[in-house]
This record gives sequence, C-alpha cells and structure tokens, in this order.
Amino acid sequence: MISADATTGSPGGVEPPGSGEEPAGGDGKPPASVGWTRYLRRLSEANVVVVTILAIFTALVIGAILILVTSTAVLHAWGRVGSAPGEAFATSWHTVANAYSAMFEGSIFSPSAVGHAISTGRGWTAAFSPISETLVSATPLMLAGMGVAIGFSTGVFNIGAQGQLIGGALASLYVGFEVHATIWLHLPLVIIAGAVGGAIVGFIPGILKAQTGAHEVIVTIMLNYIVLYLLVYLLTTAPFQQQGQTNAISRVMPNSARLPHLLGSGLRVNAGLIVAILVLLGASWFMRKSTLGFTFRVIGINPDAGRTAGMNVKKVTVLVLMLSGALVGLAGMASLSGTDFFMATGYGGGVGFNAITVALLGRNRPLGVFLGSLLFAAMITGGRNMQAVTGIDLDLTTVIQALIVFMVATPALVRDIYRLKDSGRSLTQLISKGWG
Amino acid sequence: MSAADVAPAASQAHVAIRPEGRIVTVARRRGMGIFVLILAVVMFWGFGLGVPTSQQATFLLTAPPAVAVSPLVMSVHWVSMVLGILAAALALVLMIRRSSRGAYLIFTLGVILFFWAFLMWVSRDETLNFVDMLAETLIATTPLIYGSMSGLLCERAGVVNIAIEGQFLAGAFLGAMIGSVSGDLWLGMLGGAVAGGIFGSLLAFLALRYGADQIIVGVVIVAFCTGLTNFLTEQVLTPNQTTLNSPNTFSPIALPLLSKIPILGPVLFDQNIFVYLAVVLLVAINIGLFNTRRGLRVRAVGEHPRAAETVGISVMRIRYQNVIMGGVIAGIGGAVFTLGSVGQFSAGMTDGYGYVALAAMIFGRWRPFGALVAALLFGFAISVQSFVAIVRPEIPSPFLSMAPYIITIAVVSGLVGRVRAPAADGKPYTAEG
Repeated sequence: MISADATTGSPGGVEPPGSGEEPAGGDGKPPASVGWTRYLRRLSEANVVVVTILAIFTALVIGAILILVTSTAVLHAWGRVGSAPGEAFATSWHTVANAYSAMFEGSIFSPSAVGHAISTGRGWTAAFSPISETLVSATPLMLAGMGVAIGFSTGVFNIGAQGQLIGGALASLYVGFEVHATIWLHLPLVIIAGAVGGAIVGFIPGILKAQTGAHEVIVTIMLNYIVLYLLVYLLTTAPFQQQGQTNAISRVMPNSARLPHLLGSGLRVNAGLIVAILVLLGASWFMRKSTLGFTFRVIGINPDAGRTAGMNVKKVTVLVLMLSGALVGLAGMASLSGTDFFMATGYGGGVGFNAITVALLGRNRPLGVFLGSLLFAAMITGGRNMQAVTGIDLDLTTVIQALIVFMVATPALVRDIYRLKDSGRSLTQLISKGWG
Repeated sequence: MSAADVAPAASQAHVAIRPEGRIVTVARRRGMGIFVLILAVVMFWGFGLGVPTSQQATFLLTAPPAVAVSPLVMSVHWVSMVLGILAAALALVLMIRRSSRGAYLIFTLGVILFFWAFLMWVSRDETLNFVDMLAETLIATTPLIYGSMSGLLCERAGVVNIAIEGQFLAGAFLGAMIGSVSGDLWLGMLGGAVAGGIFGSLLAFLALRYGADQIIVGVVIVAFCTGLTNFLTEQVLTPNQTTLNSPNTFSPIALPLLSKIPILGPVLFDQNIFVYLAVVLLVAINIGLFNTRRGLRVRAVGEHPRAAETVGISVMRIRYQNVIMGGVIAGIGGAVFTLGSVGQFSAGMTDGYGYVALAAMIFGRWRPFGALVAALLFGFAISVQSFVAIVRPEIPSPFLSMAPYIITIAVVSGLVGRVRAPAADGKPYTAEG
C-alpha cells in the first residue's frame, strides 16, 4: 500500500519516505538495522497504514461505547455502581467482549468450531463457513468499490452504486432466465449482461453531466430511488415475476447461469471472487498503464490541463461513469449469480453505500479496495452473527464503517488525536470540485 | 472560474448588478417553447379530444375555516382543448419573440396550464379537493424549505452541505424522542435543532479545521446518521415505543380572519407552527443575506475568501457560524417529519428529501425565494402523486413514486440552465501564514 501510494500519490513528485536517510548506512553497518529503525520511526508517523489502523481502532472503541450506552443490562449495572462497582465494570466488559467476539467468530473463524474439526476430523465445512461468508460478502464490495474508486480518481463522484448494482443484477437476471444454453456460453453472457446493465444506469448521469452540467451527485442519488421503484414495478410484472406469486419476487436463475462454488457445495464462496480479483488486477493495469487510464487520471487531477492537452473531457466523463457503472453492475451480477439467484424489492441494499466507504478506505487503489472490502465484509458478516448471538442491531456496523471513513478522510484528525508526527505528505483525499 | 471572471464583471456595471441571473440564450428559449408546444399537443389531443364530451371533472374549492365557494365543474373535453390552444399560443410567443425577457414566466404559465389540464384529466368523473391538494403541497414543501435554507446558508459561505439528509434524520429522531419523553413539542423541536446542529458542527469541524473533502464528509455524515438512527430505533425506540416514540404533533393554528379567505385561506393561514416558522425564516434569510452587512460578508466569503480575509473578515468564523446554523435549520426541518405530521420516527423516513432540498436550492439559484418556488414545485408533485395514486389505481404506483425524483433530475439537468454556484463553493480554504 505504501509503495503504491508513493508512485501514484500527489502529482508534485513526492519523494519516497525516508529516502534521504538511506546513504547514511555506508560505514559497513548492516542495512537491515537501518530498515529496522526506519520501520520503527514510521510507526509513530501519520502515514497511510498507521492512520488507517488507528482509524479502525478508534471506530471500534466508539462502537463499544455505543453498545454500552444502549444496553439495558449495562445501564442497570451502572445504576447500582455505588453498591457493586465491580459488577458495573464486569458487565460492561462482558457486553462489549461478547459483541466483538461474536463479530470475530462470525467473520473469521470460531475457535470452538475449529477445535471440534481438528479433534474429530469432521465439521470442516462449519469451521470454514465464517471465512467463506466473509469472502462471499467481499466479492460484490470489491467490484462495486473499484467501480466507485475509478470514478473518484477521475474526479467523478458516483454515489449511484445502489442503482447501478440493481441495473446490473436485473440485466443478469433477464439473461439468466431468458437464455437457455450450456454453462460455458450462458455464464459469460450473464456476466457481460451485468456489466452492460450497470453501464446503462451509469450512462445517464454521465451524459447529463457532459451535456447539461447536471451534477452527478444529485443525479446518481435520484437514480438510486428511481431504479428502486423500477425494480418494484418489474418484479410485479411479466417476465420478471415468479409464476404463481403475488409478491414482488423474481424468477429464479437456472443452474447454468450460476457462478460455480469454489470449495464444495457446503461453502458459498464462488467464482465471483475470481471475477472480482481479475477485475481488480485489470483495473490496476488500466489505471496505471493504459492510455485511457492515464487520460482518466489527468482529468481527475486537473481537467483544465487535460482539455488543453486535447483530451475530450465530456467524452471521458461519460466513459468514466459507464465504466464505473459497469463494475458496479458486475457486483450486482456477482451477488445475484453467486448466492442469491433471485431478486426481491430493495435488492442489494447497503452495498451502494459500502462501495463508497470501501473506495475511500482503500484510497481508490485496487489493493486498498481489496483489503478494505475484506475488512468491511468481515464486519458485515460478523455483525450478522453478533445480531443473532447478542441481539445488538446490525446497523452498528454501518456506524463503525462511517466512523472509520470520517477518520480516513481527515487523517489530520487522527494525527492530532494520537499526537503522531507529521509524515510530510498530505493524506487528505480531495475529489469533488464544487458544483462546477 | 475565479479571478478571470471577477475582473470583467467589476468593470461592467450592468453585469455586476445581476451576477447570478439566468442567462436565457435564444436556443434555450426556443427549447422551452418546443417543450410547451409538446405539452399543448398532449393537452389538446390527449386530455381534450381523447376524452368523451360527457366526462366532467369537479374541483372542490372549500375547506372548513374558509368562506364557502361553489365547486368548479368542468367538461374535461372542452376545457382541456381551450387550455391546449392557450398553451400553444404561449409556446409560439416563446419561439418567435425577439426578447428573452420574462421567458421563464411564460414557461411557468405554460406548465401551470398543463397541470390544470392534467388534474382535470386525472379526476374525470371524480372529485378533486383542490384546497386539500394545495394544503398538502405546502406540508410537503415545508421540510424542503428548511433543507434548502440550510444548504443555502452553507453554500453562500462556500461550504457544500450535502449532509442535509443526515441532519434531517437526526432532527427527526431526536425531535420525536425528546418530544415524546418530555411531552413538550417545543422541547422536541429544540431537540431536533440540537441534533442538526451537532452534525452541522461535525461537518464544519472536519471540513474547516481539517480541510477534508466536503462532499465526502457530507455523504459519510448521511451514512452515519442513517446507521445511527436505524441502530437506535432498533435498540432503544422499538422496545419502548409508547414512552420514547409517540410524540404529539403540532396542531394547526388558524389565523383569525385570514384563514377565512376563500381557497387560499385554509392553505396558507391554517397550518402548524413549522409552516409559519419556515416563512419567517425565508424572509429573514433573504433580508439577512442581501440587505445586511453580515450578509454581504457571507457572500464575500463564499465568492472570494482570500479577498474577504484581506479586508479583515474572518473567513473561518463566518463559515463555522453559517454551517452550524445550517445544521440547526436542517435539524428543525427534520423535526417536521415527526412532530409536524406523522408523530413517530421510523427508520429512513426522510426518503432522500434532503437531496431534493439541495436540488431546490440549486434550481433557485442560491436565492431563498428561488428555492421556495422550486420547493413548491416538488411539493406539488408529491401532493399530486399521492392524489393520483388514490383516484387512478390503474397507473402503477411505482411510477408515481418515481415522479419527484425524475422531476429533480429534469430540473438539475434541463430546466436550470447554466447556474453559477458561489465561486468558492466546496473549496477548502487555508489562510496564508
């Protein structure tokens, strides 16, 4: 993450951190110790890794406080703090520890399930299930997050992931149940349809911004609502509605349109993850090596410079939103064709917002999006387990995510809270350019 | 955008007088003319010739406190055709006339004629209570007014407040909870104001002190408020619905005499305190912004902070004050959702209206009364939509629900024309050391 940051960071020719100290080790000192002290110094410096980790830590602490003040058991215990002070602390600790350990066990692994599997040799599926679920949740986040990130790094603020995701899923669903073919032909068609569906929804804010100057933030948000209602309508009409249903539920994807499982039928992790990783690799190549990606980045940093250099800013705006929408549409495809197989009203709720947080947390870089998706997916799947085990509402994870992004978006705040040294580089992400 | 534009404006006095005026190009005026002509055709053929001559629409024009007026009974067929011809005439005026003066007025008139014909067509063989529809328009408009005033205060000082939706939610939540616990609606409204103020302060703190991207912070504040109110609703309100989430609502106050005016009396002068307060707020902000020394400073800070700082205005102080004040106003606007009508908080109840309010502000060119007109348009669309859903169940309701959002897109993309935001809007400012 750090090296990627140094190469594609601010355009002013940033020096790699600590490069000035390197020649000092010329008197026969082993270079490893130089690296070691530099490593230690980096830990107290406000760089990307330190800020991100402290942001996650701080958000979890605030989340814990929220758990405490909304738990009746804890509040009762503190009501009797005069007579039993130990109990108040013990109850508080147990409440938070139970919540967060349920979150951990639901998303990574449960020690008891793993122990059981080791001692009996059976139940490996149950032991791997949490991590499989995390990967399943992470797949659409990676795709949608990368879609939003491509927009961000081009100065386009795509908040329409929700609508584009539904657009992609609808297109995939249609191709899924209307086309009959072998899986080798059918599945690629379903995947392409997802990208096309998302791109169509992305095209609308793109063309409106290019032609009329309508700001994409408002248009994409409004489109989210419009597409949600469109989905409600389509799900109650032929050809989408499931036969014999009066509810708004779609037909089901046939087997030939489903992404195959990767680790046996017991675990839901599927080929969508491979699609996501390939897309991330492709995006990395595209943004760093391709001509069009270079154009995107130039226009993101300075549209006037791009225009002067002969780049067609309007065309690029449309292309960016279509590409962004296409990746988000793939996210819709991945969750539909990977795990859900049918659609209901409000489909994909939450992924739209999570895509934005993932892109911000990952600083718009493919590796960052990958790691950010894993983290937030773990929080979401863990949050479901937490809700089931302790009854604490899943929305807590949204709050924690938002807190993390607050701090990642304002690194200087984290630096001030923890009195870190200034790393000498601005980590603040500036994307928007007013309403221009 | 900044220096290059300001210099010629200062040298040419007549440009400087109305720097934010809508520039109506000939092409745009012709475009508007064609649009009105299309409406006229729809009115003439669709609502006029397409309807049997026997069908009549009845508009009731009386509501309780007002003096009674006899209802308006119209033949849909003939009246729509006449209205269509009138609209066609307006369209021709738009297209042929040399001057662009008053183009928007003529355009608006054409749209109003269309709405008239549309309402007749919808309520053919039915009865429409027109006074109720206008009253509902005003009720739907009220939170939008608060929202757009919040956005306006912030953006005039150069800070984009896209967090209105979140401040709405926070205000609606805390307003309902405090109003319910204390049993005092005024305390509830105060609670809403405080909740909005807190998130206004958070936006100000992160955007001004740390120079964070204002749109990112705004979007994340919305997400944070959505998550937090959902979480607290599930954890705290739902188990204690009767004690924590059942405030009363402000009852309408009929102003003596004024509320007896036919048709408009009950619409304008028999409303709850939120509506009256919104009117006061509109007037106060309009005067404050354009007729006071402080307003001039705010606008200077929003247009050219460096210049403002040079003449001794504290950019940061003005921005802090305005953003926090904007948050407070949006918080009160949020309380409208719970204390004004519904009397209960439910998760995600603001339905994106915070963004609609922002669109109204843009459509209104960052001016209070411009925003009011836009907000009324949205309010009317919402009110018509709920009426149509009742009278014409054959029209799929999802399409009707889409209407306000489609209008928002149409407004920000087509109808607005080229608007000019305050020049420093959304740009972090750092004083030079």
